[in-house]
Amino acid sequence: MAVDQGKLLEFLLRMGDNTLVLGHRVSEWCGHAPVLEEDIALANTALDLIGQTQFWLGYAAEVQGEGRTADDLAFLRDAWDFRNVLLVELPNGDFGQTLMRQFLFDAWSSIILDRLTASSDPRVAEIAGKAAKEAAYHVERSSDTVIGLGDGTEESHKRMQAALDYLYPYVGELFESDAVDAAMTEEGIAPDPASLRADYNALVGKVLAEATLRLPEGAYSHNGGRTGRMHTEHLGHMLTQMQWLQRAYPGAAW
Amino acid sequence: MSHRHVGSLHAPDAEMAIKNARDVYTRRNEGVSIWVVEARHITATAPGEKGPLFEPSESKVYRHPTFFDIPDEVGHM
Repeated sequence: MAVDQGKLLEFLLRMGDNTLVLGHRVSEWCGHAPVLEEDIALANTALDLIGQTQFWLGYAAEVQGEGRTADDLAFLRDAWDFRNVLLVELPNGDFGQTLMRQFLFDAWSSIILDRLTASSDPRVAEIAGKAAKEAAYHVERSSDTVIGLGDGTEESHKRMQAALDYLYPYVGELFESDAVDAAMTEEGIAPDPASLRADYNALVGKVLAEATLRLPEGAYSHNGGRTGRMHTEHLGHMLTQMQWLQRAYPGAAW
Repeated sequence: MSHRHVGSLHAPDAEMAIKNARDVYTRRNEGVSIWVVEARHITATAPGEKGPLFEPSESKVYRHPTFFDIPDEVGHM
């Protein structure tokens, strides 16, 4: 039996909106990072994420079948149509907070993309195959930076712990599941999000231990982004920047 | 494989230097392999020594193998 196309679309939007929103957030550092090397590295990461977005949203637009493109989905939807997790739309904060957010996302992304390379949907497997190589490098780089700053000076340690305390309550959303995930799991298209948690905890635990950082206590988890129930106030502000050109000059192209 | 100097950069340690080199110097598909060396480990010739070091070879054209006839079947050398 063919998979419910509406649910497949929803799954693809979740994947593509995560990389789109985080890619845009990271691109905000372009020209502002503390040193040239980090500036270029962050721009590379942002470009990788936008590249992944083109594949996920490109496929999403095909599945939707309304003649739209990845660009239409990126630039002409409003905040309530976005399906990214709340973690990726949070503001950059300082450099440490940006890198902590990146690490918490990269760890998840590297694990799920690895699993998606075995997807029963050949398009999903193909996209994941390409993206997995990028994610493997991203997580290596962000781990090193989290360790370097966590186990660094008193000031850098304090900032990294504050970043972790702020961001960690947003991590739980990555592992929640609903009817969309159940359908994806049933069809072998994507793994059950909860099944990624053990690997994630192991990877994050190892890096944070080396970084001499402590996971905050409390199991409270913010959510609502991936289901579209609600976003933080930050997404709307981000979209006014990201979508400005297409809104002011509809159809403008290079 | 011959490695070529492509530039310098800052990094807190050798591992990060490799990563930074990857990000700064291989963005346009130039990379196959990266070597990094800490600047203090490089011993270089002084610009002032250029004359005694390199000028003597200028007048020794016979050291170029261009005076030999290479058989066609050898191809590009």
